[in-house]
Amino acid sequence: MSENKKKSVLVNNPVVNMFRGNIGIVMVLILMCIIISFATDKFLTGTNIISVLRQISINTFIALGMTLVIILGHIDLSVGAIVAMSGTLTVGFIVNQGLPIWLAIVLGLLIGTATGFISGFVVSTFKVPAFIITMAMMNIASGIAYVYSGGQSTRITNEFFINIGTGYLFKVIPLPVVYMVILIAIFAFLLNKTKFGTYVYAIGGNREAARLSGVPIKKVEIIVFTLSGFLSAFAGLVLCSRMYSGQPSVGSGYELDAIAACVLGGTSMSGGKGRISGTVFGAIVIGIISNGLNLIGVSSYWQLIIKGLIIACAVLLDVQKGKLSGLKKKFVKKNA
Amino acid sequence: MGQTVLEMIGIKKSFSGIYALAGIDFSLEQGEVHALLGENGAGKSTLIKVLGGIYQPDEGTIKIQGKEVKINGVPAARENGIGIIHQEIVLVPYLTVAQNLFLGREIKTSIGTIDFKEQNRRAEEMIASLGVGIKADSVVETLTIAQQQMVEIVKAVSFNANIIVMDEPTSSLSNEEVEQLFQIIENLQKKQVSIIYISHRMEELFRISDRVTIIRDGKYVGTRKTSETNPNELVAMMVGRDLESFYARDYCDMEKAEVAMSVKGLTCDGTFEDVSFDVHKGEILGFSGLVGAGRSEIMESIFGARPYTKGEVYLKGEKVHFKNPMQAIKAGVALVPEDRKKQGLVLGNSVAFNMTLSSLRFYMNGIAISEKKRKAVIDEFSQKLRLKAASPDIEAGSLSGGNQQKVVLGKWLATKPEVLILDEPTRGVDVNAKFEIYTTINELAKQGIAIIMISSELPEIINMCDNVCVVRAGKLVGKLKKDELTQEEIMKYAAGGVE
Repeated sequence: MSENKKKSVLVNNPVVNMFRGNIGIVMVLILMCIIISFATDKFLTGTNIISVLRQISINTFIALGMTLVIILGHIDLSVGAIVAMSGTLTVGFIVNQGLPIWLAIVLGLLIGTATGFISGFVVSTFKVPAFIITMAMMNIASGIAYVYSGGQSTRITNEFFINIGTGYLFKVIPLPVVYMVILIAIFAFLLNKTKFGTYVYAIGGNREAARLSGVPIKKVEIIVFTLSGFLSAFAGLVLCSRMYSGQPSVGSGYELDAIAACVLGGTSMSGGKGRISGTVFGAIVIGIISNGLNLIGVSSYWQLIIKGLIIACAVLLDVQKGKLSGLKKKFVKKNA
Repeated sequence: MGQTVLEMIGIKKSFSGIYALAGIDFSLEQGEVHALLGENGAGKSTLIKVLGGIYQPDEGTIKIQGKEVKINGVPAARENGIGIIHQEIVLVPYLTVAQNLFLGREIKTSIGTIDFKEQNRRAEEMIASLGVGIKADSVVETLTIAQQQMVEIVKAVSFNANIIVMDEPTSSLSNEEVEQLFQIIENLQKKQVSIIYISHRMEELFRISDRVTIIRDGKYVGTRKTSETNPNELVAMMVGRDLESFYARDYCDMEKAEVAMSVKGLTCDGTFEDVSFDVHKGEILGFSGLVGAGRSEIMESIFGARPYTKGEVYLKGEKVHFKNPMQAIKAGVALVPEDRKKQGLVLGNSVAFNMTLSSLRFYMNGIAISEKKRKAVIDEFSQKLRLKAASPDIEAGSLSGGNQQKVVLGKWLATKPEVLILDEPTRGVDVNAKFEIYTTINELAKQGIAIIMISSELPEIINMCDNVCVVRAGKLVGKLKKDELTQEEIMKYAAGGVE
């Protein structure tokens, strides 16, 4: 009886479930941590862990939105360019146009959000592949950033603005990490507990069945891309603040890091499957790879190669995991 | 007629324990057109796939020109002179007719490039020999469906096929094109090619076939010379089976029943036209007809899943026009679609997910979904429908067909419908689950839900429905009351040819 109870507590415990559901990526993570901490004693220190969390925060913001987009069965390539555009414009509005900070921030976020909205609108209304339309949006957003700034980076020294990305909560926890935790909580709630989240899975899993079940496909698609745009704009804001400047050249390749985090976390590129916790683990793995390699002193050129290999291996492992459990089922059936 | 070119003896084929073919005999003589007739699911396509090398029979022998052969793949079928014209065209749309005809066996010049000139010349020859009017250098995409089909036939003949199977070749052709096809069939006959012709259309069979073989439930029923039979006999052979005893039905008192939904002159250009009917509270209204007659399309239009151009729908006396399924669901209309895997379920998600997908609005606590309310509904319907699932958290795709169908049914019942449209509710479902689904449908009707049931299974229509509408080629061609319902009567309307 008590044994059973214990078991059911374990089964129903969301934290346990979270690890169980992401077993592949968690194993990779633990393995990496062990290897790196043998190689360097600077890795498992409080300051380093906090610094890793701060480093992954930007990618996590973007990857949260990307998770929804990919579960929906689409992809958003415009995120990196939105980071650059929103950041450059926000800083520019403050420094060049002299707008009040709050207004500049709101405008910056709004423009990024609008870009996502447009992608979502076009994808859902005209049935254009998201790959194409978001690639177009990537060029447009990136172009806007360069045209506005003339290719120059704009320095900003305003204390309030700088504090957004570099400040601390209780003098220990970096603010970007705080945002990250809040956003993870919000998105996990959205995806798991609301009608909206259920609809995202339904559309990605079987679009026709979702349509016939009364799921408002167009609305959900637009909201998802809009959220992705908003999160990218927010990432742009935090990034600028941390760099004390708005630079049109930042953000390139961010879309790939975000997609990598999703895929590492078990989100299916064909849609319908994925979870926020997986993406967060994915982002952590990517963050720890560069952090660990930096600490060990591997050159950044080699880091690229190693990063690629680890991502490929992790995904292969995940695919094999599915096959293994399938084999196991067969075996059990045979014996039974 | 000449000698026997093909003999299939005692062909058996089962899929996971269920016989699709339970001993079929079939023979084909040289130069004859032999029609293969049977209801949907009778085993026609399976038999053709065995002949085409796509399936291997479990038992039975196939003899060609008197010699026993094993057809263990598509190339083997081709070597044995068998050509199959499938319902779907399998040509490369952007290549020319000649390129398609010689795909994979291109004629080369001395330096190894493709000899287009020679290919075109040979293609023209092949086409002309069958009396087809198509240019060898036209791009396939620009041809009509009928012309593409003819290219397929030319292609089959070019592989020296002397047995050609045509699977419902006229299903997407106009009358004129059908005539052209018949002309080609006659030309083929002159060349001593034998043809197996699958079609539901009585009038066609009587025009072009020499013999007809009827199969039912995977079993051989009989073979008749076309000149010595009549449509009524064929229909009786096709459907004649024992009435099964498991239909539970307490008929509705039609005199007292209120009209729940009324459809007037519903039209969607090119798909269906002028469809009018009433369905009453507690009534089960059957929709019978052949596959492709437009039954599903009519229902999807009512449900808002497909637009319609003309006509009105009234729900409890009020005019409604649903722009999307969501509106229909909120108004109390539910549609259990025909294909549960493609349209009914998100297979990779859980039973609980699927069962509550359409009715989430009932379980909201603010913006969050209340798991408690949700679970109550899942428990309720799992019990009512006798769903056999290890847990509501397992993937819907891992359930058996019958249990999957119960999940879909549960999903729609959870929306609390007043009008429930069922499209082939028992397709691909085992006997036990069938019985349970019938019982549930009867219960629902007793509760006063108006039910529309599309079904291609005549026994089900006859034993469950109060009234039946028969659809043929997008039109309501007959309305029958429950005491007029016989399989022959329904098939007469559905297949046409007999008035």
